[in-house]
Amino acid sequence: MNEWNAMNSSEPDQMSETSPAPLRGGDLVLRLAAIGVVIAGIAGLFLYAGGWFNPHALSPATMITAFEQTSGKHPGFRRNHAKGVCVSGYFESNGRGVALSKAVVFLPGRVPIIGRFALAGGQPYQADAAHTVRSMALLFKLPDGEEWRTGINNIPVFPVNTAQGFYDLLLASAPAPATGKPDPAKMSAFMEKHPESAKAMQLIRSQPVSSGFADSTYNSLNAFRFINAQGVMTPVRWAMVPVQPFVPYHAPDSGQADKNYLFDALITSIQSHPLQWHLIITIGQGDPTADATLPWPPDRQQVDVGTLTINQVESEDTSPARDINFDPLILPSGMSGSDDPLLSARSAAYAESFTRRESEHKDPSAVSPAETGK
Amino acid sequence: MANNPTQFALLSRILHWLMAAMLLAMLFIGVAMVASLGNYHRLVAIHRPLGIMILILAAIRLVNRMCTTLPPFPPTMSPLERRVASASERLLYTLMFALPLVGWGMLSAGHYPIVMFGPWHLPPILPANPTLYAVLRQTHTLLAYLLFATFLAYLSAVLFHTLIIRDRLLNRMALWSTRSRKSKRSSTT
Ligand code: HEM
Ligand code: HEM
Repeated sequence: MNEWNAMNSSEPDQMSETSPAPLRGGDLVLRLAAIGVVIAGIAGLFLYAGGWFNPHALSPATMITAFEQTSGKHPGFRRNHAKGVCVSGYFESNGRGVALSKAVVFLPGRVPIIGRFALAGGQPYQADAAHTVRSMALLFKLPDGEEWRTGINNIPVFPVNTAQGFYDLLLASAPAPATGKPDPAKMSAFMEKHPESAKAMQLIRSQPVSSGFADSTYNSLNAFRFINAQGVMTPVRWAMVPVQPFVPYHAPDSGQADKNYLFDALITSIQSHPLQWHLIITIGQGDPTADATLPWPPDRQQVDVGTLTINQVESEDTSPARDINFDPLILPSGMSGSDDPLLSARSAAYAESFTRRESEHKDPSAVSPAETGK
Repeated sequence: MANNPTQFALLSRILHWLMAAMLLAMLFIGVAMVASLGNYHRLVAIHRPLGIMILILAAIRLVNRMCTTLPPFPPTMSPLERRVASASERLLYTLMFALPLVGWGMLSAGHYPIVMFGPWHLPPILPANPTLYAVLRQTHTLLAYLLFATFLAYLSAVLFHTLIIRDRLLNRMALWSTRSRKSKRSSTT
């Protein structure tokens, strides 16, 4: 640092030329103005790129604020899928995935996973209800240090196919201040504006609901691309299909004294025996990859590439999985996102949700360490 | 070529313009990506490796700066101006290291894999920790804005010298050699 000063302040310089005569009036003003225009122009472009001139445009921040407006602000919690419990175990690949993807996860053998089961919605203390969307989030820790993260839901298709659609749905389902319930007029206006959502929701409602987390099938909904060692690209969707037999739900939720009955049933079953799911890859054949509201035909080829085993359960309060962002675009080499616009939107919105919750004080999870026995 | 006393060494000049373009691109990519749902993923996938490239180039540049003789300031710069110029250069060097290190550190603290290209990724440099992540994420934004403000001030000063004082300050950093023109001129006078 001293050398620096010494060199920079080296004494009278022998520049071969001196500066020209000072500028006069008009010329000086003109040149000063030119400098001003250049500087203001660059600053303006910067602000424009950052969206400052368009604060109401749909952005990660406006999207996450919309969650806070519909569900209330619950510092420290995920802005969606707020109520959850953390798990761990392993994935055992049978090697059949290698033909589709060069991802290390598909080499025969076992990789450790951590994960999280959750209910959709931004309220961390909501009462469990059978018709609330259930989710499984997984982080596969691969031996070469790569990771595969995925968040999957127990519905057959997603209710929207664009970020704007999701935002409109959030606003339409916000509780009206007067009644505390969503305004039916807003909901029907939404359905009219988004016929794809009306169709998707019909399909979602027609699917039988299982008794709990353990016997649910979880779907990627978004399409992805697999790339194998030969460079062949295959459009895919995936699902975790339970080994536990499907039992239809029957008990009405209102009869449940335990507000955490779905989570408690999951905890009890993991503690008595490991739970298992088959990872099933569905291969697209000219099917829509950019529209998560559309199902793929049921006769598409499916490949069972391995088995997920979950044998540990832990409250969010003590698990590292609480502080993980299950960003669907954290993928190992050999997998990539498709042209589905929801994927980048999820990545951006989850990062914003993650940054907000990690900056906040943490309240205890509804599913406490006492319940998980840890 | 190596010893034109009024110009920076050729490697210094190349590094200067290359890194100026990369840093400016990083600032624009950074603010654009965090405001975008549709392009977030595409941009952040460029942002990470480009930022690490800057860290590597910054190290090369610092070593290069310590190993070469700097051209003197033009006589048109007052002692105060020289001090401000040196201080802002030091600040820019600090930010060239701090911004990518904070970016790398914040992803480490946020329990993210630090993906570069394909399967190639960097190891974490900090333990996963929510508070640490939150602080570094804020710091990354603050340092980026500070870099942009410093860049604007620096550019204003250079433009002032070039357009108003016209002391050929910019020649010190010109990619082409300015010696031949100068020696020709001095031989004719
Ligand atoms: C644009 C559409 C979507 C938006 C804005 C959105 C928003 C969110 C947000 C903000 C979170 C909390 C993230 C965190 O703080 O870590 C979340 C969690 C989650 N989302 Fe989405 N989501 C969208 C689409 C989807 C889709 C298509 C799926 C398909 C399966 C999905 C599945 C999940 C799951 C499983 C979680 C829970 C992850 C966990 O347990 O940490 N989401 N979502
Ligand atoms: C080399 C100079 C760098 C510059 C000038 C820079 C600049 C920026 C800027 C301006 C933002 C937006 C901040 C905001 O508006 O909140 C940003 C965000 C970000 N930067 Fe950098 N960055 C640099 C290096 C890095 C590196 C090396 C990494 C990682 C390896 C990185 C990772 C990120 C990430 C992940 C975000 C967005 C996080 C989010 O979505 O919340 N940056 N950066």
